[in-house]
Amino acid sequence: MKRYSVFAIAREALRYHQGWERAWASPEPKASYDVIIIGAGGHGLATAYYLGKNFGITNVAVIEKGWLGGGNTGRNTTIIRSNYLQDPSAAIYEKARSLYERLSQDLNYNVMFSPRGVIMLAQTHHEVRGYQRTAHANALQGVTTEWIGPAKVKELVPIINIEGPRYPVLGGLWQARGGTARHDAVAWGYARACSAMGMHIIQKCEVTGVRSEGGKVTGVETTKGFIGTKKLGIVVAGHSGQVAEMAGFRLPIEAVALQALVSEPIKPCMDVVVMANTVHGYMSQSDKGEMVIGGGTDGFNNFTQRGSFHHIEETLRALVETFPMISRLKMLRQWGGIVDMTGDRSPIISKTPLGNCFIDCGWGTGGFKAIPGSGWAMAELMAKGEPGPLAAEFGLDRFREGRFIDESVAAGVAH
Amino acid sequence: MLILECPYCGVKAEETELSPGGEAHLVRYGAGSSDEDYEAYMFARKNPKGVHFERWRHAHGCGKWFLAARCTATLEVFGTYPAQSKEPPADLVAAIKAKRPGWEGWK
Repeated sequence: MKRYSVFAIAREALRYHQGWERAWASPEPKASYDVIIIGAGGHGLATAYYLGKNFGITNVAVIEKGWLGGGNTGRNTTIIRSNYLQDPSAAIYEKARSLYERLSQDLNYNVMFSPRGVIMLAQTHHEVRGYQRTAHANALQGVTTEWIGPAKVKELVPIINIEGPRYPVLGGLWQARGGTARHDAVAWGYARACSAMGMHIIQKCEVTGVRSEGGKVTGVETTKGFIGTKKLGIVVAGHSGQVAEMAGFRLPIEAVALQALVSEPIKPCMDVVVMANTVHGYMSQSDKGEMVIGGGTDGFNNFTQRGSFHHIEETLRALVETFPMISRLKMLRQWGGIVDMTGDRSPIISKTPLGNCFIDCGWGTGGFKAIPGSGWAMAELMAKGEPGPLAAEFGLDRFREGRFIDESVAAGVAH
Repeated sequence: MLILECPYCGVKAEETELSPGGEAHLVRYGAGSSDEDYEAYMFARKNPKGVHFERWRHAHGCGKWFLAARCTATLEVFGTYPAQSKEPPADLVAAIKAKRPGWEGWK
């Protein structure tokens, strides 16, 4: 892998940019690997990367049904924050956020991490109490967040209407070190780094079955034939249930559609991320100037990657009330992704009933922000066979034992 | 837009009139059941990519719960039936089988 640098740009500028090499190789699969990861999204690629970087395991294949980063990694609203209430959540999301801070240098790939700050608006007294509690919890967890009043919110976001008729802004939970990153670049950067370590990223290769012997995984059937492996990681977000079924177990997961949309590009008007959970909408401005908007999930199972129109309407209604100046903006694009929701709205990073088969799923509507932390924890689990401190609380057994990490209550909605 | 016909009041209700209620025909396990059964009852879901049976409520209408058969991969609706049904009506199952020959059945 040739390093990207200012010298490389200068060198290539002098030779008509003929010398750039492909960012990652597209090899044919070998007969077997030490580790196979199903799913070349952010989480799968990050798992492979940290297997190599932290544990020296590089005989790895990452198998992808579609194209690299074409699932939820390319469909989210790129928000990064770690202001969670429950300790295990705060730990893993803060790990992810802190890894994001140096990810561009780590990967030698500009992921455009922009720690511009995230505000979660409090618009009911219940939310005020909730976020003050979260701010206290974050202080104990070592996550820097701050409770701010309406005047400070207005100062940070001049375009906001803090005196809305239905839900005036009563304050907010401010995480100054949260922000956004370029979602595709995260997948591409990890892919390039994995490829440089000699790992195989195999796109357009769908897993159709999981083969096992004596209760242990031996390989996967794919559209490119059987590929053997000593360890298998399932990191496929929306289709976790389908792949788990191939491996012979059922998950506490339901797949629903989550939508996002972007407006036409406008001049810079908002340099922080604003989330309004009571009215259910959130918004940030991309570097291109588009307002990036997200809202709620549909309530029913859906694998179509498109959602219900009335959710878009609800989200925009809420945001027009919160930001009156966007009322005449045209929306450019809308899309949906299939998210895997668990009962407690917290992820699963776990061993499975099948030996040497591990799963990382259930990130629901909040997966992008967790990518480096999730990969870090999953790599540790796969390398050692036992979860490390980050993953320990996220085991599948928590549903049987009643040890929920109940972010559905803590976060209310957007999460 | 998703449209389901309420089997009680006969209204063809669109999505905003309805509340989704999750998987239908769950067998209830309570106190005294095994941990496995209770966990499965509480959390394990079929979540199929294809034919699915669900509970819905005609929330902004007659207010009653009913059951629906729907395809989660295409959003096609096969039919609705009363909530008191222990299993999907035979004619509905036959109609789904005719449309989806590879379907494994509702259990």
